[in-house]
Amino acid sequence: MAKYLLLKHYRGAPAAVNDVPMDQWTPEEISAHMQYMSDFAARLEATGEFVDGQALAPEGTFVRYDGEGRPPVTDGPFAETKDLIAGWMIIDVDSYERAIELAGELSAAPGAGGKPIHEWLEVRPFLAAPPTITQ
Amino acid sequence: MDEALLRSLIPGVLGALVRRGADFAAAEDAVQDALVEAIRTWPTDPPRDPQRWLITVAWRRFLDVARADAARRRREDLLDEEPAPGPAVSVDDTLALYFLCAHPSLTPSSAVALTLRAVGGLTTRQIAQAYLVPEATMAQRISRAKRTVSAVRFDQPGEVATVLRVLYLVFNEGYSGDVDLAAEAIRLTRQLAAVIDHPEVAGLLALMLLHHARRASRTAPDGSLVPLAEQDRGRWDTTVIAEGIALLQAALARDRLGEFQAQAAIAALHADARAAEETDWVQIVEWYDELAQLTDSPVVRLNRAVAVGEADGPRAGLVALAALDEALPRHTAVAAYLHERDGNLVTAARLYAEAARKAPNLPERDHLTRQAARLNTSLSR
Repeated sequence: MAKYLLLKHYRGAPAAVNDVPMDQWTPEEISAHMQYMSDFAARLEATGEFVDGQALAPEGTFVRYDGEGRPPVTDGPFAETKDLIAGWMIIDVDSYERAIELAGELSAAPGAGGKPIHEWLEVRPFLAAPPTITQ
Repeated sequence: MDEALLRSLIPGVLGALVRRGADFAAAEDAVQDALVEAIRTWPTDPPRDPQRWLITVAWRRFLDVARADAARRRREDLLDEEPAPGPAVSVDDTLALYFLCAHPSLTPSSAVALTLRAVGGLTTRQIAQAYLVPEATMAQRISRAKRTVSAVRFDQPGEVATVLRVLYLVFNEGYSGDVDLAAEAIRLTRQLAAVIDHPEVAGLLALMLLHHARRASRTAPDGSLVPLAEQDRGRWDTTVIAEGIALLQAALARDRLGEFQAQAAIAALHADARAAEETDWVQIVEWYDELAQLTDSPVVRLNRAVAVGEADGPRAGLVALAALDEALPRHTAVAAYLHERDGNLVTAARLYAEAARKAPNLPERDHLTRQAARLNTSLSR
């Protein structure tokens, strides 16, 4: 019983095996990809392991505090930002092994040519509450 | 209305329905519906016999659903049967329900969810909130768990150890959500101890009580962790400690040691010390040796190294630690602590910072970061 974030990157992950930009797929391939993703989420809901899934726009803005009484400073987007998150899925599973298994399945989503993308997903454990019994 | 009393009636009610021929999954749904009805009507119209009321209402509810379900024609012979009079509830039903909900065919998270709902009477929403998952996810987890055990015979005897592991998991989940899972685990273990005479059940209940008694002192007002040695022992609940110790002594007297009794014995030795310096670390090391024989868990050996460090000095603790795999969770944190005790403040500060990066939860990470910061600040003065 632990939560994991499965992170999908626009940029910053190692290159996928089937690394073709989505705008060069056929429309049917895009539909097949979307279907795979929603089937995957539905299956996790059915197994009681789904917590959340969201996609993010590629363009973001950097913001920081600029002192009392002043509006926040904004900047970006920066073309040189190395790490760009595309979206995530949060799962609640019995083991780390199960998290890895599911990430592997998600990475098999079909892409160009209807073949699996083999994209690299990042699996990050949540920092949870401390256990009651420690000693 | 006394909700604890209401929920204590659930195992008997559910067991009675199953004995009358309702299948477990449908009976469990019917009992939940009866509980909702009880919460609605009892404040103005309290029943004379709450348990019989629940059985009658749940049974009617079960029949309504079965009637509506045309696919379940084979149950029609049950449809007009009213509940038989007489003693409806048996102790065996309660025990059978614990076994079923902790059945080895279930994954730990499914067994936990099913136990909290079917034995504990918590709603799916409450369980979902406690485990911080969407209600729909928890509903699926529970209905899958029900399907998994649907073929298991209700009166099949089970392993006490599997039930205890589930209750331990519930207790150890801590105090994160809206539902007090620690208190619920204690209630369910107490209820189990009332229907089965087993030293490990008593051992687990004692262990829970001894930890629960320290609850108020475990965290500072800002939510940060307070280590055992720094806890305000005046805030420990002595009544709860006394109950835990009495339970443990009675269990140990039966000479059938198990891991929960051994863990409870360690907790009892901590609870016995009026000040941290009075802790009987030599006895604690002996109990860890017992525990290591019973479980051979690497976590036990890590905790033993801490105890050795207190009993025989930090050098001895570091020697014990050196025999263990460095990849163990909290290995670095233990090393940092022992090095600080040994006077190697620079090493300790570095290890605390490293341990913080590896910490499995937020309060521990913050605690370890503060330890590193404390040493670094004093070193730079």
